Amino acid sequence: MAHQNEIRFLLNGKDTTVVDPKATTTLLDYLRIDQRLTGTKEGCAEGDCGACTVLVGRLRDGKLKYETVNACIRFLASLNGCHIVTIEHLSGPDGRLHPVQEAMIEHHGSQCGFCTPGFVMSLYALWMETPAPSAQEVETALQGNLCRCTGYEPIVQAALAINQYGSPSNDYLNRERSDVTARLAALQSTSRIETGPADDRAILPRDVSDLAEVLAEHPEATLVAGSTDVGLWVTKFMRPISPVVFINHLEELKDITLDDDALTIGAGVTYSESEAAIREAFPHLREYWDRIAGWQVRNMGTIGGNVANGSPIGDTPPVLISLGAEVTLQKAGGARTLPLEAFFIDYGKQDREAGDFVASICIPRAKPGQIDAAYKISKRRDEDISSVAVGISVVLEKGTIAEARIAFGGMAATPKRAASAEAALVGQSWSAEAFDAAAKALAQDFTPLSDWRASAEYRLLVAGNLLRRFHLEHDTAKDAPVRLAIA
Amino acid sequence: MKDQTTIRGAVHQNQKHDSAVKQVQGRADYTDDIAEPVGTLHAYLGVSSVAHGRIKGMDLSRVRAAPGVVDVLTAEDIPGVNDVSPTGKHDEPVFPTDKVEFHGQPIFAVIAETRDLARRAAELAEVEYEVLPHAIDAVSAHEAGMPLVTDPLKLERGDVDAAFEGVANRVSARMVVGGQDHMYLEGHIAFAIPGEDEDVIVHCSTQHPSEAQHMVAHVLGVPSNAVVVNVRRMGGGFGGKESQMNLFCAVAAIGAKKLNRPVKIRPDRDQDMTATGKRHDFVIDYDLGFDNDGRIEVVEGQFAARCGYSSDLSGPVTDRALFHADNAYFYPHVRLTSRPQKTNTVSNTAFRGFGGPQGVVAAERMIEEIAYALGKDPLEVRKANFYGDANDGRNLTPYHQEVEDNVIGRVVEELESSADYQARRKAILEENAKGGIIRRGIALTPVKFGISFTATWYNQAGCLLHVYNDGSIMLNHGGTEMGQGLNTKVAQVVADALQVDFDRIKITKTTTEKVPNTSATAASSGSDLNGMAALDAVEQIKARLVAFAVAEWDVSPEEVVFAPNEIRVGQETFAFDEFIKRAYMARVHLSAAGFYKTPKIHWDRAAGKGRPFYYYAYGAACSEVAIDTLTGEYRVERTDILHDVGRSLNPILDKGQVEGAFIQGMGWLTTEELWWDDAGRLRTHAPSTYKIPLASDRPRIFNTNLADWSENREMTIKRSKAVGEPPFMLGISVFEALSMAVASVADYRVCPRMDAPATPERVLMTIERLKAEV
Repeated sequence: MAHQNEIRFLLNGKDTTVVDPKATTTLLDYLRIDQRLTGTKEGCAEGDCGACTVLVGRLRDGKLKYETVNACIRFLASLNGCHIVTIEHLSGPDGRLHPVQEAMIEHHGSQCGFCTPGFVMSLYALWMETPAPSAQEVETALQGNLCRCTGYEPIVQAALAINQYGSPSNDYLNRERSDVTARLAALQSTSRIETGPADDRAILPRDVSDLAEVLAEHPEATLVAGSTDVGLWVTKFMRPISPVVFINHLEELKDITLDDDALTIGAGVTYSESEAAIREAFPHLREYWDRIAGWQVRNMGTIGGNVANGSPIGDTPPVLISLGAEVTLQKAGGARTLPLEAFFIDYGKQDREAGDFVASICIPRAKPGQIDAAYKISKRRDEDISSVAVGISVVLEKGTIAEARIAFGGMAATPKRAASAEAALVGQSWSAEAFDAAAKALAQDFTPLSDWRASAEYRLLVAGNLLRRFHLEHDTAKDAPVRLAIA
Repeated sequence: MKDQTTIRGAVHQNQKHDSAVKQVQGRADYTDDIAEPVGTLHAYLGVSSVAHGRIKGMDLSRVRAAPGVVDVLTAEDIPGVNDVSPTGKHDEPVFPTDKVEFHGQPIFAVIAETRDLARRAAELAEVEYEVLPHAIDAVSAHEAGMPLVTDPLKLERGDVDAAFEGVANRVSARMVVGGQDHMYLEGHIAFAIPGEDEDVIVHCSTQHPSEAQHMVAHVLGVPSNAVVVNVRRMGGGFGGKESQMNLFCAVAAIGAKKLNRPVKIRPDRDQDMTATGKRHDFVIDYDLGFDNDGRIEVVEGQFAARCGYSSDLSGPVTDRALFHADNAYFYPHVRLTSRPQKTNTVSNTAFRGFGGPQGVVAAERMIEEIAYALGKDPLEVRKANFYGDANDGRNLTPYHQEVEDNVIGRVVEELESSADYQARRKAILEENAKGGIIRRGIALTPVKFGISFTATWYNQAGCLLHVYNDGSIMLNHGGTEMGQGLNTKVAQVVADALQVDFDRIKITKTTTEKVPNTSATAASSGSDLNGMAALDAVEQIKARLVAFAVAEWDVSPEEVVFAPNEIRVGQETFAFDEFIKRAYMARVHLSAAGFYKTPKIHWDRAAGKGRPFYYYAYGAACSEVAIDTLTGEYRVERTDILHDVGRSLNPILDKGQVEGAFIQGMGWLTTEELWWDDAGRLRTHAPSTYKIPLASDRPRIFNTNLADWSENREMTIKRSKAVGEPPFMLGISVFEALSMAVASVADYRVCPRMDAPATPERVLMTIERLKAEV
């Protein structure tokens, strides 16, 4: 069957075709070098500063949704059928300032101005969804944008005032929504796309069964969903990753099913897309979810990717393991399901056979008497990689701890359960002493490393203290706050 | 226009940044946005993989053979002098020839058709080293007998040894204060375009175009008049682009001249952070004597700094640490010494405050020592030690300059009241006494900061002002725009002096072609120096215009009035444009070069005496924090700031400087941690690992005010004061508040002596140490 060998998308107002793009050409380089759209800046090339923030609009179930992404780690070839919106598109054709831009000027939100286009794009996305945000919503939307000049105060004030300068209903992207939807629909591909030279090959499977076929043909392929990790393999380490199989366009991997028993999340679901269901099924993850990376990365990164890359410091594996999640792996000719903790074998090694891909993750809902918590410790509260992360699930029966599942990130070569600490709790009554014993037992479970994020000593100490916090936080006798409020 | 009673954009008004509209639209050009001429090549640096080693062999054949590679530059390709040391010490080669002295040191550059190809090729070098022992911090380097990078400074006054005899209380301890990466959002970049003869034009992102010009001339072996350096704007500088751009400019220019093609060099963020200098971290040993009322009697301090492998600006940086080791406090007897220690790390450089913050943080630690030793509120100790005036004799600094403009008492008093410090501190003490997991702390800290370059000759500036015959105005000065709003302020000065609307004035790039021999835009001096130079230029043109009017209409000079956008000559009134046209037709010279040099200052470094500073800027901040004693996590609940900028040229821009500096200072002392591994590799070299504050880290309540009653007692531009650096040290209030919250776990009986930065880890580990001590 003939494969499509070009990528088609809408760039600002223009239908655009790129023939045979390389897999590893980033959207940022394409914008700045090929298109000379220089308003989008490179600050870090690792998705941490937000200077390259652009909007990507994509059809999902026929509906058009715009999200902020980091152009520096987004690969151009993955954007077939999308609408890419850059800072150059915000001012109207007559050059009139956009309400976001007006608010930023009037509140003196730019100093050196280099981060400014990225901030404007993040605030634009926020305003489209939430025209009158709270200060906390603004901060959450800006977790992925660094400014070194202003101290943020004028930017936050601008964000809170945008609504005074215009309403989203008059916004160009909203007014053109039906037209853009139709144009994007016409750009969708019904066949597999293969582009680029052999040493930098991009493959976009037609659907999930085609994905299985592609992986059967190319078991060495690099599977890329959000590219929030693999993007850095290219921009930072210049690692060859060909052939690259992009999957973020596959709607079948985007399913979210919530029933009385479990929440099942397709491997292609992003952190942002899963947020509503996560909040509903697991309210204790609400704050934790907001602390995963920054907004742009949450819009790109997937839970499937976070699991599949096997990092010992991924945010979701510890909490998923503590909740008893299972992962389903699929390949041509079959699927298998295993407990998530069994998937992580060793550093850099997962239970993935040739041709396997992560298809979905199933998280059982809480049993009666189950108490859950998730904590993350990092140098900076937001948009930081954890030094220690933990998911804790305890089932209480008549004041006795009947079950305990505690899984840590940052403490070992893989996300790992704390077997000794769990054993120290099971059968004990709910008490400070029991959790103190569990905290002490962590020394048998883990020998953490020292690195730039934290020392081994701190990791072990704080891990134990998080178990103590769990007890205090869920103890009816507490009368004072036991941790810092978020707002 | 005719009816306007005041001009738009006068001084002391809230005029928005002159590039704001372009910036929010992404239309403000930075160096990497300049359209590349056909044939542009891209350079990338190859760097060392050991912290210290003799280069035994360098095989670059694979680099040369890599796809797209056009050439490889090594020391042999440097036609002039292989050195970019900003202070003439000749200790900073562009490319070393015999040994490397830090991990990540540039050793060659590859030039290729694209940046991506150059980057990939640079990885292919095969360099053989004889590995030598390395020391990466100031203490181990000292112990290993490594030399100082430059002469140390000693400041001494009174009789220190005698004063320690019989002093009522004496404390000595050590404080370690971390460094800081600039993390300007736009990294280093230089773009050289070759010209005829020996000429080359370099577009780059530097705070010091004249130095870049001189360095490029130096490495090319050509006179300075062959080199033009242009800077339209920077995406942040903070001192990181004062001297560190020299190497990039040199490499781009060498490549451009050798190949006769434009060459651009832009390191990625990781190389930017590993190969360019940062704020110096310090190890400070202090010995302190004080009476039972908490008054300081004697201070001895040694300030050792990690300077890196070369001197760069470490001499003046470590000097300034001593100049500010008194902060706002009078030390009757004092001896301060610096130890600018050579280490096998990147050469540290200027960073907002220029060593001053490290001195101030030591002074505040000593205040804490007294407070905890005597069981007092640190604010009470602060007040007891503030500088006085000539009447009480408590106004002499360790460098023998009299403090003549002291307003710290008023600033602190007003802030103490507006922030409701006393009541809040009382409430916090009561809350902490309940022994909860969450503890709080509050601190009100002052800052006094000396304004002027301590290198006296740097305190000069030039300006070139053209009035075109259509009445439009072109303004150029020697300062550079890095976001601080310097161009806006200088244009306000010109608008005000000519009484024309701000929009009539265009400021373009800073270029060595228009104003020569400029100083770095640094030391907070930008508007002080360039504003005055601009005013001088305006006054020259105005004088010619007045003379013209006097002759043309036979009026007295007093009858020629520059009114808003018009000129009144006796009974007649002319629109500005019309008047200029007439002046042009009458052959009046409508262009002027302005100049300014700061008066009164002098400094004898050998004697440690003089008046290095024209004046002082003052401020104070009060911060409240909450900490989690189980994890060390914290957040800033509230900050109130009162800062002195004299009569502000532009209050809204100054407020932006104060807020931004505070957050940057807070970041320095909290989450920004530089971490080297045992091999001497910096492992926190990008925003993924190096954490500057985010919007969500700002204080939950944040009140910033300028002291609107203040006026510079010196004849500065419109009686304003410098604002760039002084408020950086307001961030110390957060650090001190964290310290108080930590101290609560030991009932304030022990001075926490927390080192900086106070990461959550350091907060928790200090808590653990204090719990064990009591």
